[in-house]
Amino acid sequence: MPTSTFTHLKQLEAESIHIFREVVAECHKPVMLYSIGKDSSVLLHLARKAFYPSPLPFPLMHIDTTWKFREMIEFRTNIVAEHHLDLIVYTNPAGLEQEINPFIHGSSLHTEIMKTEALKQALNKYQFDAAFGGARRDEEASRAKERILSFRTTTHRWDPKNQRPELWNIFNTRVRPGESLRAFPLSNWTELDVWQYIFLEKIPIVPLYLAKERPIVERDGMLLMVDDHRFPLKPGESPQMRSVRFRTLGCYPLTGAIESTASTLSEVIQEMLVARTSERQGRLIDRDVVGSMEKKKQEGYF
Amino acid sequence: MTTPSDLISQDLATYLKSQEEKSLLRFITCGSVDDGKSTLIGRLLWDSKLILEDQLATLQADSKRIGTQGGDLDYALLVDGLQAEREQGITIDVAYRFFATDKRKFIVADTPGHEQYTRNMATGASTASLAIVMIDARKGVLIQTMRHSYLVSLLGITKIILAVNKMDLVDYSQDIFTAIQTTYEEFSQKLPFEEVVCIPVSALKGDNVFHRSPHTDWYHGPTIMGHLETVDILSNARQQPFRMPVQWVNRPNLDFRGFSGTIASGTVQPGDKLVAPSSGRTSTVARIVTFDGDVDSAETGQSITLILEDEIDVSRGELLSTVQARPTTADQFEATIIWMHDNALLPGRKYLLKAGTRTIPAQVSELKYKVNVNTLEHLATKTLKLNEIGICNVSLDQPISFDPYRENRQTGSFILIDHYTNATIAAGIIDFALRRADNIHWQSVEIHKEARATMKGQKPFILWFTGLSGAGKSTVANMVDKKLHSLGRHTYLLDGDNVRHGLNRDLGFTDADRVENIRRVAETAKLMVDAGLIVLVSFISPFRSEREMARMLVEQGEFLEVFIDTPLEICEQRDVKGLYKKARAGQLKNFTGIDSPYERPDDAEITIEGATQTAEEATLTIVKTLEAQGLIPTS
Repeated sequence: MPTSTFTHLKQLEAESIHIFREVVAECHKPVMLYSIGKDSSVLLHLARKAFYPSPLPFPLMHIDTTWKFREMIEFRTNIVAEHHLDLIVYTNPAGLEQEINPFIHGSSLHTEIMKTEALKQALNKYQFDAAFGGARRDEEASRAKERILSFRTTTHRWDPKNQRPELWNIFNTRVRPGESLRAFPLSNWTELDVWQYIFLEKIPIVPLYLAKERPIVERDGMLLMVDDHRFPLKPGESPQMRSVRFRTLGCYPLTGAIESTASTLSEVIQEMLVARTSERQGRLIDRDVVGSMEKKKQEGYF
Repeated sequence: MTTPSDLISQDLATYLKSQEEKSLLRFITCGSVDDGKSTLIGRLLWDSKLILEDQLATLQADSKRIGTQGGDLDYALLVDGLQAEREQGITIDVAYRFFATDKRKFIVADTPGHEQYTRNMATGASTASLAIVMIDARKGVLIQTMRHSYLVSLLGITKIILAVNKMDLVDYSQDIFTAIQTTYEEFSQKLPFEEVVCIPVSALKGDNVFHRSPHTDWYHGPTIMGHLETVDILSNARQQPFRMPVQWVNRPNLDFRGFSGTIASGTVQPGDKLVAPSSGRTSTVARIVTFDGDVDSAETGQSITLILEDEIDVSRGELLSTVQARPTTADQFEATIIWMHDNALLPGRKYLLKAGTRTIPAQVSELKYKVNVNTLEHLATKTLKLNEIGICNVSLDQPISFDPYRENRQTGSFILIDHYTNATIAAGIIDFALRRADNIHWQSVEIHKEARATMKGQKPFILWFTGLSGAGKSTVANMVDKKLHSLGRHTYLLDGDNVRHGLNRDLGFTDADRVENIRRVAETAKLMVDAGLIVLVSFISPFRSEREMARMLVEQGEFLEVFIDTPLEICEQRDVKGLYKKARAGQLKNFTGIDSPYERPDDAEITIEGATQTAEEATLTIVKTLEAQGLIPTS
C-alpha cells in the first residue's frame, strides 16, 4: 500500500471544511465573524474551499470598535472587493454615542461595550442562529475544553457545565428560536499550524504581522503603536520609530507589538519558533484576573 | 529526536518541507484520579518544548499557589483548564491538547477517570486511534483499568499503551512492572486489541516519556514518545469500501451539480461506479472537484465534491457507496448505547437519531440488557441512566444506510438527540441490522387519506387537549366535539379515562408507562386521521416529548395543541374525582402536578385560560381558530 499523502495540515483542513458544510446544511441563518486577523484569514480561506465553486452561502460580519488599526480596515476593504464578499459592519451605537475610548475608559469597559455587547446586539438584530469564529483550543486554558459547536442561550451565555458531548464527526446543530451556536472550525489548529498553512497556501494577511519601522510608545512594558491622532501622549512621551510586528491584532490601544526584524513570512515563523511567547500575551484583556477569559466567555465574549 | 527549534534555526527551508510530510495522531489518556494522566500530558508538552515563556511564568506562579508538588513545577496545571476544576484539583471534562514533533502532530483527549464520567471517555475515544491506559505502579491493575480498557475497545480503539506510572515510587522494580504487565495481558486478551505495549514510566520525573530512563536498564522497549511517533496509524478505514455521506448539494448554477462530503472510508477515482442506496440508483464518478482543482483520486478523511455522470436523485443524508460492496439499508438494528444524560432512556419514546448526515426519528424498541462496565456482566433493566451502557434494538421511522461499527467507525455510529431540549443524550454504535425489517413491507393502499377525507368533505386533523387533571379538558373537548358534530363534521373523541379502561389497561402511571400510553393513543389518532376523521384527544399528556412525538406522526398543519391552562390550586379546589385529595394523602403515587411533573407547552396553537374562561367561551375560541386556519368551513 502506498504511504498516505494526507498530511496533518490536509487533515485539519478537511475537518474544518466538514464543520463548515455541516453547519451551513443544518442551520437557518449562519454568519462568519470576521476579525481581519490571521485566524480570520485562514477561516475565510477554508470557507471558500468548503463551498467552491459556489459563492460563500453566508455573510461575513465585523464588529468594528472604531479603534482597529487603519491597515486592518484597508485590508478588509480589499479582501471584500477581491472575493465579492457580503460584509456586515456593526458598531454598538450606544458606545459610539457615549464616545467609549479605551484610553479613557480602560480595556475592560471598552471590550464589554464595543465587543461583547456589540456582538450580542448584532446577533439579535440579524437573528443569526450560527456564528463561525476563529477561536482555537490551544489559545487559552478554558478554550481547551470548549466544543467545536458551542451552544449559547437566548442571552448568548456559555455554560461550561452544560456542553453537548461531541463524538466522531457527528454534530448536533439543533437550537430553539433565539438560541444560537458558535462554530469553531479551527478548534484543533495550533498557532503553528495556522502560520504553516498561511505559508503553504499563500494566504494574504494584514501587513502588521510583518516587521516594519512603526511609531511606538512604550507604556507599562507594552509597545503601543501610535496609529492615529486619538493616541493621547503623556508628558515626556514621544513616538519612536522602532522595528516591530504584531503577533495578534485587535484594537490598537490594547494591542502590544514585539520588537522584531522579521519582515517576511518565513522569518516570522522562524522567529516565532525560536522566541516562544504565546500569542495572547500581546492582548491586554487576559491580564486582569486568573480565569478572565472564562468569565468573559460566560458573559458572551466570543 | 529533534525538536522544531533545533531544525528551524539551522535550515528553515528543510524545516518547512518536513512540515508537509507530518502526519496526525489522535490519542486518549485514561486512568484513575491520581494515576497522573494530566502530569503525563503536561510532561509531553514540556518535553516537546511547546510550553511557551508566558505559560511557564503562569505555571510557576500557579504551582506555588495551588500546586500539589510542594512548590515544584506541577505539570498537571498546564492541562487542567477551567478555573473551577483547577481549584478542585481534578479534571471534570474532556480537554484537548496539542503538541508536535518533527514527525507527527498529536491531539490528546484528556479524560477523567471517575466512574461517573464514562460519557467523557467515550467522547474522547470516539476520534482516537490509540489509548494510553495509566496504571499506578503501587496499585497495579484496578477495576477502573478494566473499565477503561473495555470502553476504549467498545469505541473501536485497537492500539494500547499500558503506561505503568510512578515507577520512581517503587524503586523502578522490574518485578513489579512484569507482574502488572502479565495481569493486564491476561485480562486484555478478552478484548479485541491488536497491539498492547507496556512501558515503565515516571511522568513526574520524565522516565521513558520522551527520554530513555537511566533507571530501567532492564527495559528494552520504546519510550512513550518513541512509540507514539512510530506506531502505524494509516487508518483501517482506507481499506474499507468507499463511503461518503452527502453533506451538501453544491449547485452554483444549472450546469454544476456536485455532492459535497467527507470520505468516511475507502478511496475514490473518476470512473468508479457508485450507488445511492436509498433509491438503488447507480452512476459513475465524472469528476472529483476541489478548490485547488480537480483531482485524480481522493482518500478517507478528505473533504471533496463529486460530480456524477448521470442525473440521479441524491440529497443530503445519502450515503454514496461503491457498488461493489454496498452498505446495509434497514429501519431496525441492534446497537450498543452509551447513555449521556441525566434524564434516563425511556424505551418507546421518540428521539432524533443522527447518523452521518442524516437525522430521523427513532426509538429504542427493546432494551435487552445493560453491561456492568466493571465486570462486563449482563444485567436486566428497563431503562438506562447517565453513564450506563445497554444493548438494544432501535427502530427508525425510515430506513438508513450503515455498516456495522466494528467494520466502519464512521458509518456505524450515531447520536441520539432529545426532541425538546435538543441535548445530545446518547451515543450509539451499530452492531448489526435486524433483518425482520426487510420482510415486513407496508401494504400499498390505493384508497388513501385524501380520498377518504374528500368523501367526508373535510380536512382531517388532531385537536390535542393537554392540561392538569381537573383543568377542564374533557368538558371542553366534549363541547367542541358536539359543536363540530352539529356543523356536519365527522369526529371522534379519545378520552384518557376511557382509553385506560380498554386499549391501555395494562399500563400504570410510571414515567415509562405514561410514555407508552401516549404513544398508543397518538398512533390510534394517526390511523383515525388517515381514515379522514377529525380526532379530539383529551389526555393530561404531561411530557413535551410525547406531545412532540404525536405531532410528528401526522403531517404539518394536521396537529393542533390545545393547552387548557388552569392553575394547580384551582384544579385541586375543584377535585371532581377526589384524586388530588388521595394524592395529597399519599394514597395515589405519580400524580401529575403533585409528585409527577407537568411540562407546560411553550408554543401551543391554542391556549385556554381555564381559570377565567367558561367552557362555552373556550369552545367558541377553538372553533373560531379552526375556521381561521381553514380547517373547517366558516359558519
